[in-house]
Amino acid sequence: MDLRYTAEQEAFRKEARAWLEANVPKDPLPSFDLAEGFEAHREWEKKLHAGGYAMVPWPVEYGGRGSDLLEWLVFEEEYYRAGAPGRVNQNGIFLLGPTIMEVGTPEQKARFLPKMASSEEVWAQGWSEPNAGSDMAAIQSTAIRDGDCYVINGQKTWASRGAYAHWLFGLFRTDPDSSRHKGLSFILAPLDLPGITVRPIQKINGKAAFAEVFFDEVRVPVENLLGDEGAGWNVAMATAGFERGLMLRSPARFQSTAGRLVDLYHAARNRSDRVAAGMRERVARCWMDAEAYALNTYQTVTRLLAGGKIGAEASLNKIFWSELDIEMHEAALELLGPRAELDPQAPGAGDVGSWLEGYVFALSGPIYAGTNQIQRNIIAERLLGLPRK
Amino acid sequence: MEFGFSEDQLLLQRTVRDFLAGECSPEWVRGQWETETGRSPAFWAQLAEMGLPGLLVPEVHGGLGMDETDLVLLLEEIGRAALAEPVTATSVGVGLLRGLEDPASAERWLPKVAAGEAVLAVGHAESPFVADAHVAELLLLARDDEIHALPRAAYDCIAQPSNDGAQRLFSVEPEPDGGTCLARGAEATALSQAALDRGALCCAAEALGVCEQLIALAADYAGQREQFGVPIGSFQAVKHMLADVRVKLEYARSLVYRAAWSVARSAEQETPSRAVDVSMAKLAACEAALAAGRSSLQVHGAIGYTYEQDVHVWMKRAWSLDLAFGDSVFHRERLCAGVVDGALPAESFGYSHPRARSD
Repeated sequence: MDLRYTAEQEAFRKEARAWLEANVPKDPLPSFDLAEGFEAHREWEKKLHAGGYAMVPWPVEYGGRGSDLLEWLVFEEEYYRAGAPGRVNQNGIFLLGPTIMEVGTPEQKARFLPKMASSEEVWAQGWSEPNAGSDMAAIQSTAIRDGDCYVINGQKTWASRGAYAHWLFGLFRTDPDSSRHKGLSFILAPLDLPGITVRPIQKINGKAAFAEVFFDEVRVPVENLLGDEGAGWNVAMATAGFERGLMLRSPARFQSTAGRLVDLYHAARNRSDRVAAGMRERVARCWMDAEAYALNTYQTVTRLLAGGKIGAEASLNKIFWSELDIEMHEAALELLGPRAELDPQAPGAGDVGSWLEGYVFALSGPIYAGTNQIQRNIIAERLLGLPRK
Repeated sequence: MEFGFSEDQLLLQRTVRDFLAGECSPEWVRGQWETETGRSPAFWAQLAEMGLPGLLVPEVHGGLGMDETDLVLLLEEIGRAALAEPVTATSVGVGLLRGLEDPASAERWLPKVAAGEAVLAVGHAESPFVADAHVAELLLLARDDEIHALPRAAYDCIAQPSNDGAQRLFSVEPEPDGGTCLARGAEATALSQAALDRGALCCAAEALGVCEQLIALAADYAGQREQFGVPIGSFQAVKHMLADVRVKLEYARSLVYRAAWSVARSAEQETPSRAVDVSMAKLAACEAALAAGRSSLQVHGAIGYTYEQDVHVWMKRAWSLDLAFGDSVFHRERLCAGVVDGALPAESFGYSHPRARSD
């Protein structure tokens, strides 16, 4: 065990901090769930890419920097310290990207990764269907081989970023006689193909955060199959591992929220707002949990660098960060008192900032990437050995 | 940056685990509850052969010369086995003796500790009681600005029976006078704080093992016990309860390992965040162990509530560990003092929060 950064890691931190301080937009961008915000975030991604920071752990030839996962954590720490914009292409860079890196062909890597790194192509996720939510193996959309193409029919839903994205990755049934986990394939589809209809869905704050995607005799070339035909479930589980853990939700995100919560507590005390007796400890607990998550991630990265794999442990992460995120935002809203419900532009809003928006987003945490109830089943069955039935 | 353990460290952990699985059964633990001292010199000699009491003793004094990052893995095993022999107290005592500016006491006592010939007991400001004072060769009292060392003949023990048959607590008297003082002033203050932190870390590590064992007992039982024609472990109400404890264990473990690093490093250089790191570890690990006790009891149902069944063996360890070397009130206050009040140094790992803009 050695919990010190190397001189190279420290140097990289300094360099990233300097670049971010010089380049992060001073004012927050509009939400990427709005059309103008989506484009503003793509502009930011372009800048990040030009600076060489779009996807630091990827190989240079795919638009990355060739860093290891430790340097990536350092970058994330600096990214959140700088208050930089959310990553509009997170479905691509954090979920699909690592999956392509693992199971993609050299041609697929060259075709998809560079444009993903630069956010020239932004990705949506197409897993859930109206009748396949928590029970993802109930997927019914089909992709039937016909010559050089798969012909896709069916409907995907809750496709995050689906309203504005250019591409979608998803699971489709390539063997119509199959059931459950078998006969599924992982396919990449451009969203501008004939036969595709995208219907944006507004989330509870009215913004188009996701979409329904309808496929009617859509022809997708066979080279867009990722991994083997029929092996889609396993490919998707690798992606889910990234989604539940260190790629999509790196710890600095929560450490920075915890730090802002401590700041908010002091601001409330300094203004002599009413502050509940237990709030001091509640705030300290949030900070402590964010630390625990960070330390656990460093342990995981050490294990991965030694050749380990992300396994069912990712389900532990998912529960921990999603519940922590809600707890932090609920503490913050309580500190804001009667102003907590105000729009940041309201005349009396003061320092309400983005806490409410953050809270609304945090509420989706226990639902997406596999509900927390599904994660608890996974933990019980795969880590504790309890019987499935 | 490497947040993990070496093959050697893990091998030693497995060795201790295997030894305890063979020698320290729940029946043996219960047998010890019934003995007069509750402690076994023969067992202690076996632990000494594996190097446990002398793990923190420098090699020059016959010990293994290892540090707390080695020790915590072994203490987890001690917790898993519900072993109550005073490895934690002796390790804390070793830390105190090792830290003294005057090396005379270390030279005199550490070889005996490493050889398994001397158990150490430690009294500190956070508890009026001293564990295992009755079997110690040397009692170290860590006061705010004085460190005292009392050989067994120099103090009396008044037993304070505990609900945990494994726990042996005592009041000791008389209060020491100047003749037994080994260090004063700033030196003593620093050593006392280090002793409390080392003790709290050790208890946290034991609590991890206790927690894991309580989960294992429940998972095992839930896989076998049938109701409504199926194993009760197939019900989500049972699964989710145990999954939640497993989550707590996971994150407590990370905090404990980080605290072990902070305590180990502080032997060589200042580690300002040590106090807060240790308090987070102690809080998280003991809460996980206590929660595991509740869940394990619930999964076992009425049978788990009996004296005959073993769940309470570990539950009581969790209760005792939670109170030792600073109870949760003490550690919660230290956490808040560090994280919120800024009265103690608290350091985010990796991430550094920008100074708040003044309103």
